[in-house]
Amino acid sequence: MALDKNGIAQRIAQELQDGWYVNLGIGIPTLVANYIPEGISVEFQSENGVLGMGPFPFEGDEDADLINAGKQTITTMPGAVFFDSATSFAMIRGQHVQLTVLGAMEVAQNGDIANWKIPGKMVKGMGGAMDLVASAENIIVAMMHTNKAGESKLLESCTLPLTGVGCVKKVVTNLAVLEVTEQGFKLLERAPGVTVEEIKAATAGTLIVEGDIPEMQLD
Amino acid sequence: MINKVVNSVDEAIEGVHDNMTFMLGGFGLCGIPENSITALQKSGITGLTCISNNAGVDDFGLGLLLQTRQIKKMISSYVGENDLFEKQMLSGELEVELIPQGTLAERCRAAGAGVPAFYTPAGYGTEVAEGKEVREFNGKPHILEHAFDADFAFVKAWKGDTAGNLIFKATAKNFNPMMAMAGKITVAEVEELVPAGELDPNEIHTPGIFVQRIFQGEKFEKRIEQRTVRPRA
Repeated sequence: MALDKNGIAQRIAQELQDGWYVNLGIGIPTLVANYIPEGISVEFQSENGVLGMGPFPFEGDEDADLINAGKQTITTMPGAVFFDSATSFAMIRGQHVQLTVLGAMEVAQNGDIANWKIPGKMVKGMGGAMDLVASAENIIVAMMHTNKAGESKLLESCTLPLTGVGCVKKVVTNLAVLEVTEQGFKLLERAPGVTVEEIKAATAGTLIVEGDIPEMQLD
Repeated sequence: MINKVVNSVDEAIEGVHDNMTFMLGGFGLCGIPENSITALQKSGITGLTCISNNAGVDDFGLGLLLQTRQIKKMISSYVGENDLFEKQMLSGELEVELIPQGTLAERCRAAGAGVPAFYTPAGYGTEVAEGKEVREFNGKPHILEHAFDADFAFVKAWKGDTAGNLIFKATAKNFNPMMAMAGKITVAEVEELVPAGELDPNEIHTPGIFVQRIFQGEKFEKRIEQRTVRPRA
């Protein structure tokens, strides 16, 4: 069965390593914070100026001055720190953040990503996404394998305006874990019960399947 | 001690006129100069270029100046929360320059720090890079971005003193410190204004040298955009 959004987040959380600073984008990536493996310590950075982000506040404890990049009210963990936007992006461009997880509308097999604009339709802006993808060494995209119209989001080349070029290393979807390689999307893992054929059918870009593909191990 | 205090918000915005370029601090509705925005709306000046990470919501923040059609151009990184904005942009009534958030912050900082331009990797290979100089450093392409040039910067701080020194609270800091550095005239509104000497110099975020005018805001609504909570156990 294909994963839901929480399942995608749970699988990505397995990539976290002790001592990492991590930036989570809006949407599915935010859910990753709910599945930190036991025994490791990570700190979450939000680009609006906080490191050491905690869970949502208890009702009544919300503070208008304390939000994340999705403008949601949050709390902080012991050891947290606040900083201005220039310092925040110094952390990001300066590669002090070890992992960036973000959503996407399209990912191309060369690692290009599009996630900020649909011409003539949605006008939102790139926020911090372009700075993040241009600099981060380790970028994982969290998204559904296909869009609402059922079309593949893993393409040979992006059709929408780009957010960054050749930057995505790994993609985790509701169907699979894939690595971006020079030859195309290399299938690493299948969602529980999902077949290689189903993944092939949902992937418009080149899919590389070598040997037996294991199922994701989710608790 | 140089005294930066002005007696009212009207005095604080003295000298603003049509077609100026303003910087306005804040991230979403967090840390925005509410009192200055209200005064700017009342002033009726138009043709404004506003540099601000976001454009407020329909009935608060910079959304107020959009309602009254006072803004000609917005320079922002993310404007998803404002229907009015989207409508004015798609109709061509409002000119919009969307730029990466880190570039926005750095273009403010550079303006205040006397750095005319800088190279950044953000936006390379995208439409943001169109028409910009590209140069490789350490094998990686970067694009040339220029410092902003703003007539006024409007910022909001938690505490300030009569010398213009500022302390921000939590994530209400965001763009305010860089914009304070960058304005030809920087107007700071604070929740609490104290005599110089009362703030610990070790704790000050923005030195008063960057601030030309300071006042205690009459009222701060501090609206929350996305109230997210968990139930008490």
